Amino acid sequence: MLRTISLFLVLMAVWLLLSGYYTPLIISFGIASCLLSALIARRMEVVDNEGHPLHLGPRIVFYWAWLLKEIFKANIDVAKCVLFPKTYLRPNMFTAKVTQTSDLGKVIYANSITLTPGTVTVDLDNDTVMVHAMTENSAEGVKSGEMDRRVTAVMGEA
Amino acid sequence: MDLVLDIITWILMLTGCVLLIITGFGLLRLPDLYTRIHAGGMADTLATFLIFIGLALQSDDFLVTAKLLMVIVFVFFTSPTASYALAHASFVAGLKPMLDTTGSDQRDSADPDEGKD
Repeated sequence: MLRTISLFLVLMAVWLLLSGYYTPLIISFGIASCLLSALIARRMEVVDNEGHPLHLGPRIVFYWAWLLKEIFKANIDVAKCVLFPKTYLRPNMFTAKVTQTSDLGKVIYANSITLTPGTVTVDLDNDTVMVHAMTENSAEGVKSGEMDRRVTAVMGEA
Repeated sequence: MDLVLDIITWILMLTGCVLLIITGFGLLRLPDLYTRIHAGGMADTLATFLIFIGLALQSDDFLVTAKLLMVIVFVFFTSPTASYALAHASFVAGLKPMLDTTGSDQRDSADPDEGKD
């Protein structure tokens, strides 16, 4: 029930940000549609740990900040690679361990790898992830397991 | 104050555009599909981020700023899914990645048959 209420509040906040028309009639339409969406989602039983990951809390925001920094560094690496392929381009493929237990954690980890330019998740099994990396340097970020450790910490599964 | 904002916007957007040009260059220049996905990743991440932050700085309306920032969030959520779908489909279909032979100790693991279920 708490999750449904929270989903309604999030939907309402997004609606208010996107709408821009604040007359009583339009706002009541907004409240009605958000309420209906939240109730339908509840009836469909998609308002769970995966559909509305409330339990991640503010930790995920700190993780995003860290990920943004990594993306920034990785972009410079890939740009160098494109401009000087002879010097930097060292495509390689390897498998790494996944320590998250939940599906959501694995998805966050795999998507983080793909989101960082220079590494792309090619295959995700039960507890291994196959990664294609552009340079040894970009592969190092995944091989060292730091990202994996951080995602596990965010998920609270450590 | 406006001048400072304008200068910051110029820097952000020009950097973003340069990254987009490098992305396009990489898509043509890199040797195979997998490495080209990496180049596309630049357009999805930092280039999008820089250009939309630059645009957000220029808008006077808070709602417009919020919408521009939301675009970044949605692109960041969806683009890795698309990249993964592309890479996984090619891998399962048996397209072998071009690998560098020097100093690669993990060549055995890069067998396309492993990806088939």
